[in-house]
Amino acid sequence: MTLLTFRDIAKSYGIVPVLKGIDLVVKPGEVLALVGENGAGKSTLMRIAAGLAPPSSGAMLLDGAPVPATLHAAERAGIVMVHQEFCLAPHLTVAENVFLGREITRGLFTDRKAMEMRARDLLAQLGSAAPVRARLRDLPVSDWQMIELAKAFARQPKLILMDEPTAVLSATEAGNLFTRIRAFRDAGGSVIFTSHRLDEVKNIADRVAVLRDGQIVRVENTQDVSEDEMAEAMVGRPLAEIYPPRRGAQGRTVLLGVAGLTSPGAVEEATLDIRVGEVLGISGLVGSGRTELFEALFGLRPAKCRSFHLRGAARKLPTAREAWGLKLAYLTEDRKGKGLLLGKSLDQNVALTKGAINGANWIDRRAERRDLEAAVGRYDIRTGRLDVTAGALSGGNQQKVLIAKTLAVEPDLIVFDEPTRGVDIGAKQQIYEIIATLAAEGKAIVVISSEMQEIVGLSDRVLVMRRGRIAGELSGDAINETDIIRFAMGLEDRAPQEEASH
Amino acid sequence: MTDITATSAGNATASPGRTLAGIFEAAGPLIALILLMLIGSLMSDSFLGAENLSNVFTRSAIIGIIAVGATFVITAGGLDLSVGSLSALVAGVTIMFMNTAAETLGPGWQLVAAGIVFSLIVGAAAGLLNGVMIVKGRVEAFIVTLGAMGIFRSVITWLADGGSISLDFSLRDAARPIYYGQILGIAVPILVLAVIAIVGELVLRRMRFGRHVAAIGSNRHVAFYSAIPVNRVRILTYVIQGLCVAVATVIYVPRLGAATPSTGLMWELEAIAAVIIGGTALSGGFGRIWGTIVGVLILGFISNILNLTGFISPYLNGAFQGAIIIIAVLLQRDRSQG
Repeated sequence: MTLLTFRDIAKSYGIVPVLKGIDLVVKPGEVLALVGENGAGKSTLMRIAAGLAPPSSGAMLLDGAPVPATLHAAERAGIVMVHQEFCLAPHLTVAENVFLGREITRGLFTDRKAMEMRARDLLAQLGSAAPVRARLRDLPVSDWQMIELAKAFARQPKLILMDEPTAVLSATEAGNLFTRIRAFRDAGGSVIFTSHRLDEVKNIADRVAVLRDGQIVRVENTQDVSEDEMAEAMVGRPLAEIYPPRRGAQGRTVLLGVAGLTSPGAVEEATLDIRVGEVLGISGLVGSGRTELFEALFGLRPAKCRSFHLRGAARKLPTAREAWGLKLAYLTEDRKGKGLLLGKSLDQNVALTKGAINGANWIDRRAERRDLEAAVGRYDIRTGRLDVTAGALSGGNQQKVLIAKTLAVEPDLIVFDEPTRGVDIGAKQQIYEIIATLAAEGKAIVVISSEMQEIVGLSDRVLVMRRGRIAGELSGDAINETDIIRFAMGLEDRAPQEEASH
Repeated sequence: MTDITATSAGNATASPGRTLAGIFEAAGPLIALILLMLIGSLMSDSFLGAENLSNVFTRSAIIGIIAVGATFVITAGGLDLSVGSLSALVAGVTIMFMNTAAETLGPGWQLVAAGIVFSLIVGAAAGLLNGVMIVKGRVEAFIVTLGAMGIFRSVITWLADGGSISLDFSLRDAARPIYYGQILGIAVPILVLAVIAIVGELVLRRMRFGRHVAAIGSNRHVAFYSAIPVNRVRILTYVIQGLCVAVATVIYVPRLGAATPSTGLMWELEAIAAVIIGGTALSGGFGRIWGTIVGVLILGFISNILNLTGFISPYLNGAFQGAIIIIAVLLQRDRSQG
């Protein structure tokens, strides 16, 4: 009894192999979790199953017949995908979105009443009370995710593919979704979903398949495998080995202190210290205000605070350019959108920020070339030629270019926002080493990350954010995943313990 | 997965210049110009004569100077549709200023100098206004400059009362050399264009400001996160555009000695066309002044050849120019953003 069979599926983009020889079976009435690091190939496998991208080789069978190769044909055959990036029309109403492309009609016209009623039902089954006549742009993201899910269930599919469905959901909403998934499964439907949250996988999946570097390395019944075992299968080695040794947490001087930092709609009353020579980890769910906290601190979004101290002296919050001048660097999580000029050469990218702050009016191309050569050596940027554009590099090498660009200004405080997103395991380890070296040199380091192991593995101290506030602080040996999750979920509200951390 | 998207964004991996395709891409407009001149020389004996060439260059100088400014604006990801109307306005108010100031300054070089300074101030102020509205007011450049285009044109029509504003005959001799004069045998407009083009190319390609202009056009968010003063640079590109329009107008005024509601009509389109034909990306992020100058000359020579040969009606000039613009964009369609 199989619903969907992947037989020796491979996929490459150009010369880059993304999936290699995937053999996998999905049974009717089961929930299969796909786990793996960023870049392991989870989304690509989902896209292939949904008919969004053809495999380079191999075959897929649905109920014994070849799977149609286009999105529309796949939908007709009963495979529906819930996208990570929302594929919804912001200017249409909720009901119109739920039935987009599948409108209920009466004669020549769409039957608005029937669609609104049905949409209300579908959303109620997901525990959502989103108003069906509201336009999407007026609703919060968590509603969008629910509407995306309702849209998928409205198609009455055999198989739903969900790419990170819980990333923007609260714990309650995720619970509602899981109830719905169980009902769908009990009615004979199948679900493949990806998640970074291994506790969720334990909770909802019947089986789990672990992807690493484009291959399936382990398939187990979920009850037979622990979260730690999954994580180790994902990275391919014991967790302890990929992180640099922790530095002792002796008394360190405060480099930057802020009290009562507020940025409307994103950060509320955040008070924190950042100290010389330590790695401060920032955890919390997506949307909890982690990125926004540091954007507010460095003039990248409007904010105010009660007090701001830098190197012992009080001053007002810096503007974006002032922050760089004060040697405060923010390394964005959005490498392509905010980090690098993908169409420009590597030397221009590396020189961009440094040149903007204190560069001469005339550009010295030879010096830029020398800087690039030095950066390529120091950060092990792997590129065949030096005169390629930044967009031509792999994710890991782009990240190293972004690091080189940021560190070119010789900052004293560096905020790494999701420094290893979309980066392969080898580059990941190198980035960890760079971070550890910087801390050892006496820089103050902040690491914002969604990857729990990364936070636990790297940090000397951890602040957990929840709904724009700092919900808890952990330090030294007290740092562990369970407590971080409790703070992030709001199970244990404690004020930040400024002094208790030593 | 990011590793994958990286390759799709990076198909044009090499900087232009290594491969044959790269060479063609880099020098495409120049090759087109040379072909055009070959055709012209075959079709008319007088085409390559010094007089004809000088004539085409001189006439192209006005659009060329405006197009240098447009290259800055477009490279930064902006657009300025108001340049034609602005030059009519600058011409009109400068003539009015000179007619009035002649009473105190007399009809000499002091008056001409004052007129030049006055028009530069008006041009820069108009550019500043456009830039501030676009950047600080956060209105689309297309909308702001479309509005400005209507406003400037309307104001000059009102000032001229629907007719024309003429430079007093007594002043024309003093202003005349700006358009008709020669230095070392080269017409003044050509020299002015050459100086502005060389300065522009150096600023855009070799100076920090130019680097910032291209970075902003390439990705404004990246520029902002890289400590580039995005607002200041964007506003300055419109000021540069205003100044270029003013310089072009200063050269234009002595040619006819008058400003009318139809002065500078469609110049914005010719300037933008020249920029695009020259290989500057319309979406911003990459610009080259020499390409723009080549673009202006291509447009100038097309019109010139049609006029000289009579083989094809000069009324079809616009059709040829339009076709060339579309072809130029087709050729640069697949290029990555910068």
